[in-house]
Amino acid sequence: MADTATTDERVKEMSRLRLSLMRPELGGMVGTVAVFVFFLLFAYDSGMFAAQGIMNWSIVSAQFMIIAVGACLLMIAGEFDLSVGSMIGFAGMMIAVFGIVLDLPMWIAILITFVICVSLGALNGFIVIRTGLPSFIVTLAFLFILRGFTIYIPQTVENKTIIGGIRDAAEGDWLAPVFGGKIFTGFFQWLGDIGVVGVFERGSREGQPVVDGLPMLIVWALLLVAFGHILLTRTRFGNWVFAAGGDAEAARNSGVPVNRVKVLMFMFTAFCATVFATCQVMEFGSAGADRGLLKEFEAIIAVVIGGALLTGGYGSVIGAALGALIFGVVQQGLFFAGVESSLFRVFLGIILLGAVVLNTYIRRMITGER
Amino acid sequence: MKQMIASLAIGAAIISAPVAATAAGHEELNYVLVSHAPDSDTWWNTIKNGIALAGEQVGVNVEYRNPPTGDIADMARIIEQATASAPDGIITTLADFDVLQGPISNAVDQGIDVIIMNTGTPEQAREVGALMYVGQPEYDAGLAAGMRAKGEGVTNFLCVNHAIQQPTVGERCRGYADGLGIELGNAMMDSGTDPSEIKNKVMAYLSANPDVDGILTLGPVSADPTIAALDEMGLSGEIHFGTFDLGEEIVKAIKSGTINWGIDQQPFLQAYLPVVVLANWDRYGVLPGNNINSGPGFVTADGLEKVEEFAGEYR
Repeated sequence: MADTATTDERVKEMSRLRLSLMRPELGGMVGTVAVFVFFLLFAYDSGMFAAQGIMNWSIVSAQFMIIAVGACLLMIAGEFDLSVGSMIGFAGMMIAVFGIVLDLPMWIAILITFVICVSLGALNGFIVIRTGLPSFIVTLAFLFILRGFTIYIPQTVENKTIIGGIRDAAEGDWLAPVFGGKIFTGFFQWLGDIGVVGVFERGSREGQPVVDGLPMLIVWALLLVAFGHILLTRTRFGNWVFAAGGDAEAARNSGVPVNRVKVLMFMFTAFCATVFATCQVMEFGSAGADRGLLKEFEAIIAVVIGGALLTGGYGSVIGAALGALIFGVVQQGLFFAGVESSLFRVFLGIILLGAVVLNTYIRRMITGER
Repeated sequence: MKQMIASLAIGAAIISAPVAATAAGHEELNYVLVSHAPDSDTWWNTIKNGIALAGEQVGVNVEYRNPPTGDIADMARIIEQATASAPDGIITTLADFDVLQGPISNAVDQGIDVIIMNTGTPEQAREVGALMYVGQPEYDAGLAAGMRAKGEGVTNFLCVNHAIQQPTVGERCRGYADGLGIELGNAMMDSGTDPSEIKNKVMAYLSANPDVDGILTLGPVSADPTIAALDEMGLSGEIHFGTFDLGEEIVKAIKSGTINWGIDQQPFLQAYLPVVVLANWDRYGVLPGNNINSGPGFVTADGLEKVEEFAGEYR
């Protein structure tokens, strides 16, 4: 770095500004700012930026983030997982089956579910590695298989497709609040008392703040993002992930355990989907056969908005998190802005397309690639 | 120029007169209807048309929201979002009590008026603190059907239930029996959902019980094979036949006289009435004293014309 006269471009000096701009998440950052400016202009007085509104789009964004982190790492490692949505429905149903139908303690139900789902993720990865088939096809098969079981199992054992009563069964459990609880409730009560957050006007919760705590869902999202980011950028394993997705053969030749990396990433994606499902089931108290429909695409969209390449080998977890934030804010924000419901998807599509185009354009401009 | 503006103003006044008359001196009211139906469910088009018409006639804004894939957890987020945008009222279904109970009670506790429509029960609506329930309670609909059938001379009946695992649907049979004033006994048949199985079961039951003079089916799934069974036995028009819901075969059978009437839950009213009720509650503080039954609406051969004309739009 010291010798600027060298002609070897690998050690070419670059300005600090340019270096700081040469990040996959730059597009996501610009997009985030653009989206917030847009909604501040068009939906400012709609309640979107009051405490409750913020909590609303934060939760939705956090949901996207949880599955986007897994999808992002997997995509950087060069693979897709289309079974994420079905895995969410399946995991939720497993918790209900073990916890309600078989009446096991909730923490055992949750742990068994995690073991089953992460194993299924490993199976996904194993099949992809062994057969050499595109993960697109293999996980598409699991999209159907898992969804089928999610409908079949509750119908067979309970004659219905929604199993409820999980909230009551989880009462007093030590593990359930880790997914469905809320923290900092005292702080939010104080915010309510001093009038920063609105309070309930009537009913049994009169005087309590309308936003009464930080849901564990958001905590999980932030933890997973931090974990994924550190893993990817600060560890040897992170380099292996990039190498496996960039050029698997070259990576193998230089000693990277590509198969192990890929299988582990499939397992991590399944883990993220199970976290999503557990949070949802614990919050709402029931598992339904139709939960998680199309979530796999929402995860992939968030990752791509965040600057990752569909072809693998390039991307960032922070970018994916910003992509999830953009997606969540746009989706809920359009409701706040009062967009006609049938046009809602049109706007969503346009904004997503805009974000990705902007993203790509900025990246090319900064990095100077073709 | 002045004249032109004046005439324009008069024209506008005339056009908007009915709206202005009801909305005069009132602030703008905003309502949101949240359904559980995925985008692909066309049945809800009637609901959209219903709220659009009501909004126009009463002079309020009504928005329609639904989870695109029909995911009830997403629906809960939409209710939370609607609550955060502080509308004057929310109209919603109670598709999954466990999931939606929290978000709906939160909205109620923040001073937003809620009306439950379509899915749910009057009891659940009361529990979440809603103003009322607008829909077709299963038992009441069956009861009304039974009372009508009694008036039309039914003394002995068969209720063909194709959805025995759904206890709420069975309530229709119970109501029907009570309306007739007859013990339900084993007159409720678990028919299954296979058409040929249903047809054969109905034929067997009618042969074994020749004194049956009334049949109730609970939807197109059980009605269509029952029509075929009656045709085959030459009993079409001989036995009093009522059914829930409408469908192509059912409409044909009503026309030909095989079916006496079909029961329509009238989704249009489930959308239209809550808007009117909320607007009058917000403006004048008046509220009907009970839940509103949007059905049963009896569709007979006489009423078919309107059904066919407005099918998919308001029916």
